[in-house]
Amino acid sequence: MYKILSKEMLNPVVCRMKVEAPRIAAAALPGQFLIVRVDEQGERIPLTISAFDKNEGSVTIVTQKIGASSADICAMEAGDCFEDVVGPLGNPSDFVEIPDEQLKGRRYVFIAGGLGTAPVYPQAKWLHEKGAVVDVIIGAKTSELLIYKEEMAAVCDHLHICTDDGSEGFHGLVTALLEKLVAEGSQFDQAVAIGPLIMMKFATLTCKKLGIPIVVSINTLMVDGTGMCGACRVTVAGKTRFACVEGPEFDGYEVDFDEAMRRTGQYRSEEAAANEHHVCKIGRGK
Amino acid sequence: MAERIPRTPCREQDPKVRAHNFQEVSYGYNAEEAQLEASRCLHCKNPRCVAACPVSVKIPDFIAKVKEGDFAGAAGIIAEDSSLPAVCGRVCPQETQCEGSCILGVKGESVAIGKLERFVADYCRDNAVKVPAPAVEKVSKPAKVAVIGSGPAGLACASDLAKWGYDVTIFEALHKAGGVLVYGIPEFRLPKDTVLKAEIDAVKALGVKIETDVIAGRTITIDSLLDKEGFKAVFVGTGAGLPRFMGIPGENLCGVFSANEFLTRNNLMKAYLEDYLTPIHAGQKVCVVGGGNVAMDAARTALRLGAEVHIVYRRTEAELPARKEEVHHAIEEGIIFDMLTNPVEILGDDKGWVRSIKCIRMELGEPDESGRRSPVPVEGSEFEIETDTVVMALGTSPNPLISKTTAGLETNRRGCLVADESGQTSREGVFAGGDAVTGAATVILAMGAGRTAAKAIRDYLEAK
Repeated sequence: MYKILSKEMLNPVVCRMKVEAPRIAAAALPGQFLIVRVDEQGERIPLTISAFDKNEGSVTIVTQKIGASSADICAMEAGDCFEDVVGPLGNPSDFVEIPDEQLKGRRYVFIAGGLGTAPVYPQAKWLHEKGAVVDVIIGAKTSELLIYKEEMAAVCDHLHICTDDGSEGFHGLVTALLEKLVAEGSQFDQAVAIGPLIMMKFATLTCKKLGIPIVVSINTLMVDGTGMCGACRVTVAGKTRFACVEGPEFDGYEVDFDEAMRRTGQYRSEEAAANEHHVCKIGRGK
Repeated sequence: MAERIPRTPCREQDPKVRAHNFQEVSYGYNAEEAQLEASRCLHCKNPRCVAACPVSVKIPDFIAKVKEGDFAGAAGIIAEDSSLPAVCGRVCPQETQCEGSCILGVKGESVAIGKLERFVADYCRDNAVKVPAPAVEKVSKPAKVAVIGSGPAGLACASDLAKWGYDVTIFEALHKAGGVLVYGIPEFRLPKDTVLKAEIDAVKALGVKIETDVIAGRTITIDSLLDKEGFKAVFVGTGAGLPRFMGIPGENLCGVFSANEFLTRNNLMKAYLEDYLTPIHAGQKVCVVGGGNVAMDAARTALRLGAEVHIVYRRTEAELPARKEEVHHAIEEGIIFDMLTNPVEILGDDKGWVRSIKCIRMELGEPDESGRRSPVPVEGSEFEIETDTVVMALGTSPNPLISKTTAGLETNRRGCLVADESGQTSREGVFAGGDAVTGAATVILAMGAGRTAAKAIRDYLEAK
């Protein structure tokens, strides 16, 4: 059993939890994810790791209430236990292999959309500590939904905020803000986008136009997360790849985003039926 | 000579009824039926059945005990060689092993060895019969041994090691122990909470610890187990879990699943039960591509979820690699077999969902290296099968996670770990067996390999 050490709501639909998982904390690196299962009846839900503390033996996860399973996660409180937490899964980000002297001064721009802001945090932190120049763009629909502003400001050189409705920061999409930064003279050696597939697709198109290489972190359907089920198939450079063991990060230029978006919706009708009938049981045993 | 008693039939759920539920198909023998069947054994001086069993269960000896009505005694004899009798009695391909070599089978029908083994295990479990523990010699240098994977190979290896006095921990990547027995084989062939759980509990009762949610190659590495956690030897029994696809256009359309995904959702995640949250998609009509046990399992699962189901196979019924009983059950339940048919492309609708499979007719040509006549396409015979779901059951290969993260561990071209007959790999102290070494095979071969490697580990540690 994996105990929740602390929990807080980052906005009305997003919660952050620190979970006791010493083996995962000891092995995790930026870019990796994990899978949780709330209880015996629960799904295996892949979540990104937004922090890990080897000394404390804890990992931090951020979840948004979307369907029945994510609502069950968000209903749990500090002191409760997950039935299962397994990881770290996937490959670490490529830059963890790059020698420090090469990272120093390298200019990174992170494009973080919605919940995707959480996994950007450990990456920005890692690079910032190694002396890279880190810009982070955080985008959300509206000011209230922005997460990780203060945390991110502490681990990057320049933080840029944008909202779709203009309620905070730049009025517009992350892609428009990126174009604006470049037009104003910012130069980037590498972009990294993490967020909804549609956002990563357009971030990639914008980067292509601007001539910036881009890495994207693909979130797919998944059962086991160890290469066994193949639900996470994604076409990269015309080849089928398993996001769980060969990803989750791929060269954005090579990803077939349209197929990835279609595949993510495969169980939508089954899930809609489940949401209708699902009664959350979390906390009832107490 | 007296008239021979015919093979005792085994009672089964009515095919029309069982096509709509996940309860076990075969009811197994009762004591009376088992004793009658046991009386058919000729007790050959040189029992060919024992030689044909990968773990060499003393078959005539346990059958003699069944005949006498000493079921605990029978269980004790089986326990000397097998730690999973209720599983093996159900899922072994007996027709190519013990029963296939039974002398009675030459002119008539072989003794139902599998059903007898199952009876002994079920009887002892259901009646809480105390099975006499086999006498074993303890080792002189007990040590910590790690076993990676809790499937048949790992469980068999861990059982033997624990009996000899080693401190054994099994590391399992999934949240439940059992490997393919829990994620692959469906409930209607192998009930999980009664039959499988009891056998795994029996392994734990020997002192074996099972740590779930630990992925070798990610959470831990073989090096960290040996260098930091104090294990003196490691057995790798990680199976063959990576699904194969055909590499034809349209395989990433929505509605195309690997058999692993389809079965894992249903078996491990229990998607067929109302109160479990994991979704599964079976659609109106399902085409399962392949002809092995996994194809049969996927097809019969889809049928029980309410679909019309076709098996699409490129050879004929005679070449189907599945157990005979599974094919027989599938036909009884109403699975439609489209033989000599091979998919060449999967076609989709405007929303990216499967609409049909474009297939080509095949004919049988010359025998290939497996001895089966190889299928050859009939030119110009392409046609379409309309379907909304496709399940690919084309076999699996070993997961590369461990070989990639362990220095000095050799693999062959097919991605299988290289190990000698005893299970010794290219790395000192690291042993391997089962599907991880051979590629996808059977439960009992994996168990045999696990037991062989256990002996090699004992020899290695005693000589150290």
